[in-house]
Amino acid sequence: MDFRFTDEQDMTASVVRDLLSDLCQSADLRRLMASEEARDENRWSKIVEMGLAGALVEETAGGFGLKAADFVLAVEACGYACLPEPLVENAGVSLPLLAEAAPDNELLAQALAGEITVATGHPSNLFVCDADTAGALVIGNDDGLFLVERQKAELARQPSVDPFRRLFAVDFSPADATRLADPAHAASMLDAALDRGALFAAAQLVGIAQRCVDLAVAYAKDRHQFGKPIGSYQAVKHQLATAQVKIEFAKPILYAAAASLPEADMYSRARISHAKLVAAEAADLSARTAIQVHGAMGYSWEVDVHFFLKRAIALETWWGAPAFHRERVACRVLGGELGPEHTFAKEARDA
Amino acid sequence: MDLQYTDEQNRFRQEVRSWMEAHVPAAPLPSFDLTREGFEAHRAWERALNEGRWGMVTWPESYGGRGLDLIQWLIFEEEYYRAGAPLRVNQNGIFLLGPTLMEYGTEEQKARFLTAMASGDEIWAQAWSEPQAGSDLAAVKSTATLDGDEYVLKGHKIWSSRAVFADWAFGLFRTDPESQRHKGLSLIFFPLDAPGVRVQPIPQIDGETGFAEIFLEDVRVPTFNRLGDPGDGWRICMATAGFERGLMLRSPARFQVAARKLVELYRAHEDEVEPTVKATVMRSWMDAEAYALSIYNTASRLVAGGQIGAEASTNKIFWSEMDIAMHKAALSILGARAELLRSAPAAGDVGKWLDGYFFSLAGPIYAGSNEIQRNIIAERMLGLPRA
Repeated sequence: MDFRFTDEQDMTASVVRDLLSDLCQSADLRRLMASEEARDENRWSKIVEMGLAGALVEETAGGFGLKAADFVLAVEACGYACLPEPLVENAGVSLPLLAEAAPDNELLAQALAGEITVATGHPSNLFVCDADTAGALVIGNDDGLFLVERQKAELARQPSVDPFRRLFAVDFSPADATRLADPAHAASMLDAALDRGALFAAAQLVGIAQRCVDLAVAYAKDRHQFGKPIGSYQAVKHQLATAQVKIEFAKPILYAAAASLPEADMYSRARISHAKLVAAEAADLSARTAIQVHGAMGYSWEVDVHFFLKRAIALETWWGAPAFHRERVACRVLGGELGPEHTFAKEARDA
Repeated sequence: MDLQYTDEQNRFRQEVRSWMEAHVPAAPLPSFDLTREGFEAHRAWERALNEGRWGMVTWPESYGGRGLDLIQWLIFEEEYYRAGAPLRVNQNGIFLLGPTLMEYGTEEQKARFLTAMASGDEIWAQAWSEPQAGSDLAAVKSTATLDGDEYVLKGHKIWSSRAVFADWAFGLFRTDPESQRHKGLSLIFFPLDAPGVRVQPIPQIDGETGFAEIFLEDVRVPTFNRLGDPGDGWRICMATAGFERGLMLRSPARFQVAARKLVELYRAHEDEVEPTVKATVMRSWMDAEAYALSIYNTASRLVAGGQIGAEASTNKIFWSEMDIAMHKAALSILGARAELLRSAPAAGDVGKWLDGYFFSLAGPIYAGSNEIQRNIIAERMLGLPRA
């Protein structure tokens, strides 16, 4: 029992964190927004060079075979930076899904090499994110799991409130697609994709929450009213402390959920759902607190808080809305073992 | 990251479980805050724990402990609450003063006080606050005047938990009469039956007398009873408060058992409660899990040599607010029965939720009010400027 990240896990995160603090600053985001381009090519090429695309893909399929717990802090850093490019969905969800369904597919090899990205169309999500820049789409529906080259799919943009999210309604003809699995086999793979998607959405939301608090703290130290920094007043301090408490108690759920993800049972799924719920709440509270602390500036386009508010709105329902996740928690609470000896339930069940 | 217990940890859990199943009193003990009889029943339980060497498993063997680490302490606590064992009447001693004595006491002081603390022979009260020194603890006025190798204590302490029936108290006194605020304070122990000590119980919101006023009129104690150097009391007190808020005051198992009981209560009344109650019950369970995971996280860090920091304050806010929400959820399930006292024929086991609700309302106040904790988080964790 050692609930700490290893040095290697911290290292993976700090590589991503450092790169993004360098290349994903406010000015970079605003330049990309003004250009209306899909990606910051310089940043994306640096991200591709890190070679993280295959991080979570099994080594037998050509990846690194990392676990969710090895990647979760890096994903948190992507949320903290409001990263526009699809590192999280590509490496965290799409490629593990494609690798499980079609380990020998040529498109997987291209994706692992960083030549293309893959976007996932999942029954949990209304639309497909970053479909236009992807080389291929993995789509799950009532008829099974399909692989479609992007050129063979019909995409209709659905503008998101988040200026950096590129959502598309996707249509394709089964004749143009490869069926990777029938509905029965697709179901377990789609469940696993949902678990990863929800976990990594939660991780991004924790990062978003912390960024909002950090932005507000920086402003509250700088902004003076009544002759003092506004951050010296308790009315401001206490709001920020309350948001930080929310974050502090979302993190351990997130990290434990990452560690137990491979168990793929009622207990591990409830923990992922728990993480998603509280991470979304932490992001929501932190974003709204940050707006309040910034005062009128917080309601302006000029201050960055709205980027994070909008990403938080989008991710709250992405990979399962709160009602879905609350129900998964309820299933575990009403159908599983309760009590302090079941915190790490696997042990108790195996005993 | 490794969230599996080792074989040794699993064996330890079984050992605790077997002992608890064999020794935990079948019927709940009467409250230790209401009568001498209830207090002494809890002292007898402390003695039984000590005889099994379960009094304080993290303490060195020489003081009656087992020299175990904080993960094992958590496992012990889980089994302790799982078994429904009595609340610890000596928690001021074993959870607050004990760890502080271990860190700041001389060998002679440890030998004198820790063993008697672990055995339950000496039950401790705390004596920090004064009428004009609550959240602003550095405003304490009670004095300890040096006279040869004795201190003469004079002053008025208040909100002293367990002081009505306890044997000893530890408190903050001004040893330097010229000093101001945080300087010149010392942490001093005194027996509650010493000449010049008068204890006045304070009836609480629930009718019990869990705290008291202590009037000290020329109470003489040896300088041996001072912990640390003269004037070092504030620093030592803050260390004590860190332990209190941080980890040991409220172990996660307490809330996980309460959450389990809440779920059971919900199941029993599922058909009659309004639909929003389900979400509240699930929230309580989630919060108890979150608190447990957070403490495992902190304990892992401390076991590896880390220090407790501002999480002492985040924890205190989280568990105190969770405790209220959990009891409010129970009361909402009980509906019209929620107002019934334990003695009402129709009450069943309703009364304990009401008692628990009252006690939960004290949570955001004691051990440093949540407003003070939010200041600490804002200033020490977030780096916001002091007022």
